[in-house]
Parts: sequence; C-alpha cells; structure tokens
Amino acid sequence: MSAPPTTLPNPIRPAFDTGTTEGSVIVNIGPSHPATHGTIQIVAELSGERVIRTDVHCGYLHRGFEKECESHTWHNLIPYVDRLNYCSALINDFAYCEAVEKLLGIEITPRARYLRTLLAEYSRIADHLTCIAAALMELGAMTAFLYLVTIRDYIYEHLADLTGARVTYSYGRIGGLAHDLPAGWLKRLEEILTEMDTFTGRVHGLVDRNRIFIDRMRDVGVISTAEAINWGFTGPILRSTGVPRDLRKDTPYLAYAELDFEVPVGIKGDNYDRYYVRMREIDESAHMIRQLVEMLPDGPLCVDDRRCTFPDKQLVYTEIESLINHFKLVMEGPQVPPGEVYSAQEGANGELGFYIVSVGGGVPWKVHCRSPSFVHMGGVHKMLDGYQLADIVPTFGSVNMIGGECDR
Amino acid sequence: MSAAVFEQVREHLGPVAQEATVAHGMLALLVEPPRVLDVVRTLRDQFGFDMFLDVTAVDWPEREPRFDVVWHFYSTRHFVRVRVKTRVPLADPTVDTLVSLYGSARYMERECHDMYGIRFRGNDDLRPILLYEGFEGHPLRKDYPKQKEQPLVPYRDVKP
Repeated sequence: MSAPPTTLPNPIRPAFDTGTTEGSVIVNIGPSHPATHGTIQIVAELSGERVIRTDVHCGYLHRGFEKECESHTWHNLIPYVDRLNYCSALINDFAYCEAVEKLLGIEITPRARYLRTLLAEYSRIADHLTCIAAALMELGAMTAFLYLVTIRDYIYEHLADLTGARVTYSYGRIGGLAHDLPAGWLKRLEEILTEMDTFTGRVHGLVDRNRIFIDRMRDVGVISTAEAINWGFTGPILRSTGVPRDLRKDTPYLAYAELDFEVPVGIKGDNYDRYYVRMREIDESAHMIRQLVEMLPDGPLCVDDRRCTFPDKQLVYTEIESLINHFKLVMEGPQVPPGEVYSAQEGANGELGFYIVSVGGGVPWKVHCRSPSFVHMGGVHKMLDGYQLADIVPTFGSVNMIGGECDR
Repeated sequence: MSAAVFEQVREHLGPVAQEATVAHGMLALLVEPPRVLDVVRTLRDQFGFDMFLDVTAVDWPEREPRFDVVWHFYSTRHFVRVRVKTRVPLADPTVDTLVSLYGSARYMERECHDMYGIRFRGNDDLRPILLYEGFEGHPLRKDYPKQKEQPLVPYRDVKP
C-alpha cells in the first residue's frame, strides 16, 4: 500500500513555460537524469528535436560552503575546499592556501612550491581523465571509458598512498603541505605516467578518427572566443576557441615560470576541440610532472612560521612553548592580519579564485569562491541552443560541470 | 607591465574613485554606487578588462552603509585584475546591473542577490539560483543564523 501522493512545491521557477513557436514543446531534463551527471536541471523548448532555448538551473547541491567558512578557523576550511571540485581536490587546497598565505605575507619553501606544482598537475590529469571518460561513455564508448578510468584509479590509489584519502585529500596546509612523500612514491609515479601514455594513445586510436565520434562532436556546441570571454568561460573551454589563455603562463604562480610547457588550443570551440584540448593538456601535464621530479629540491616542507605551522609533535610533548603554540593554533586558529585578497589559480576547469576577507584573528570574515563551473553554467545555454536534443549530452559532458564546485 | 596599466587607470579614474590602491598585485577602486556602471564601462572599453570574474558582497553589520559590493575583472590582454568596490546601505541595497556589458554578470548577480539581497537595477532575472523558490532571507548576511533550517519538503514525523 503506497502513501497517497502529495504535491510538493517546485524548487525552481522556469524562465518560460510556453513555447514561442507553433508546435514547440517544453521539456524538463534533470536534475537527476543520468546524462546530467551532477545535479543540473535544464528546461528546454524544443521544436521537433531541435533545441530553441534553454534555461539552466543549478543549486541542487548547495550546502552553504561560504556560510560554513565564517565559523571555522583558517585551517579547518581545508577539508571544505577539498569538496568543491572533488575531481581535482588538491588544486582547491593549494589555491585556498595560497590566498591565505598572501594575506599572511608568507612565501612557501622551495620543496613545497615544486611539490604543489607537481601535485596540481597530477590532479589536473585525474580531472581531465574523469571528464573525457564520462563524456565518451555517454556517447557509448565504454572501452575508452574503462581505459581512462583505470588510469584515474591508479592515480587515486597513488594519491591515497601519499595523503591517506582517495578523493578528498586535505593535504594542503597554510605555509606548506601535510607531510612529505613516502618512500618509492616517485618511482610509482613514473610507472603510472608511462602506463597512462599507453592508454591515452589507445583512446586516441579508438575515437579521434571515429566517424560516429566526429559526427557527434565536430561542429556541435560551438562557441566563439568573443562569446566565451563575454560569458566568462575560462580554462579548456576558452582555449578550445583558439586563444592560449592560461593562468599558468599568463600570471605564473608556484613553479610554472620555470617549466617548459605548451598551451594547447582548439580551432573553433566545438565539442571535438574541447575533447582534444583536454587530451593534449594531459600530455603537457605529464611532461611538466617529469620535469618537476627532476627539479624537486630537498629541504623543509613547511615554512618556519609559528603563526601557521604546527610545531613538531616531539616538541609539543616536551616543551611548554610548543605546547602553547599548538594549543593556540588548534583552538584559536592562525592569526591572519586584516585585509582582503583575491587569488586565482588555473583549476582543471578554469579560473579558480578565492576572495577572502580577514578582520584579524583565527576565523575568516568572508570566503568567496569564484568557481569556474558556476560561471560556465551561466553561459552554457549558448552552446546548447540551436542544436539537437541529443547534442545536449556530449556538449554538457565536454563542459565538465562539477556539482560540488558549481553549487558550493 | 601590470604597474603601467594600473598607473593609467589610476590617472584616468582617480578623480572618480574615492580610493585607488594597489595591494597583493591588484588595483582596488572604491567608487560611489551611481558611478559603478560608468567606471566599469571605462575599464572594459579603454583598458581592456574584458572578463567579468565575479561579483559578491561583504556584510559589515556594525557599519553604515552596511554592505560592500565587490566586483573583480580580468584583462585577457594585460593579464591583470582589478577590483571595483562600492558601499550600499541596508535600506536601499541597489546597484546598477552589468548585464549590458558582460553576459556572465547575469548568473553571478543572481547569486549575489540570493545570498545578500543586493538588488541589481536593470537585471530583470533575479530568480533564486543556488537557493530555491520561496526561501526567506539572505543566508550570507551576518544576522542570518547558520543553523536555521527552511526545508522545502517538511521533515517526516517519525515515531521512535
């Protein structure tokens, strides 16, 4: 016996509920449709199978990240920022820590700087693998999906060896990193990269010149450079339109200025270009990681600054000053001087910025995250309108919306 | 490179802005609410700040006017960022919309309206975006209790 049906309130108000042309219909897609991975809802007006206009709704994964940040110490936010883009959580960690370090006026140690760069690129690979694998699977390319996800899983397991967690690492620290590399980690890194080259090569062979793939991806979801900039697109989507705009090159941070790498660009900003730009970026990231392994210096991992770095555990147990220092850092948090800063890094999806305001003390006054996915959702209708209903799936896949980052 | 652009902007917009400072590699302009649209248009058209990064607000409950509205812009030509800031009171938290200049302003102004109740004059689409229809209040204002719940679907009354 089922309970009597109840009418639940509609959480959204669509921008339109009647069609503009004779015979058009309004179709609701999502928020829990398998093709809208991530909870996104698209209200589309269709004429036959052609999409006339769309209204994109997000917010189903909103969990009050920014509100929550205002009642925890600076250190305690690191697990929260991990959960923004959970495909490349380390980049979030480092972007947030860099913003706080700017307010504190700290320059991190060389080893932490190179290691962060290495891990950010490693995360970028994992993120791009996820995006491409999911997009290909939605087009029916199950083999390619399994090839890419196999490598991604090697990466996750490998990062778990380092950080203790597969997806949400909480590995960044203000002023450094949680701990150093375990023995043999870099050796396994090279093994995974070598294997990845084999597998991405196979995926290139399977799909690049595949007629079905080209028909679904070429000239679908096209966006021009001017439109992309107007609608705030950054990252691989902006680069797919043919401009080499990459914060790693344009405003170098961490160790990017010392690395040799190219910024891959597309030709006309369609789905195929976005796929290819991401594949090429994986190669470039692997190239950067190999350079960084060679460059990685020895030395301390965290800055020697008692405002943010925890004292050595041995000293906490034996020295009153260190015990008090530890206690203050845990209970009151790092004392960040008053000020405001906007700091951005090139996330896997685009410009990931943190705008933080401090009034002094251990708790932030405000933390705002400029998440690329949210901005991209504001302009994604430009890529959906005018194409077929079935094109929504690959276009949406190539945008790589991450719900945790979009809805915060 | 960045310093030169900032100098030019400061020279040009200095008389309009109440403050123009450079901190952490970014130029920050404080302007009066009615001047925001003109200042941003100048930044976009004359100085190449063609990307709208972000708009948000900061709540200072003890201060009058209470809210800072903060925009960030990026120049894909000069690779620098600029922050524009204005102050609006609780009684009339209104600023001009920037949707006529940047498409991406549309979504982010909706978020700012959700979270702080800032009204963007001229943006006719300020429907809730991260929140849902019928949500009362603006959760990122400091006087909104963090633990307050407004479930859209009422909790079921489960007997223990």
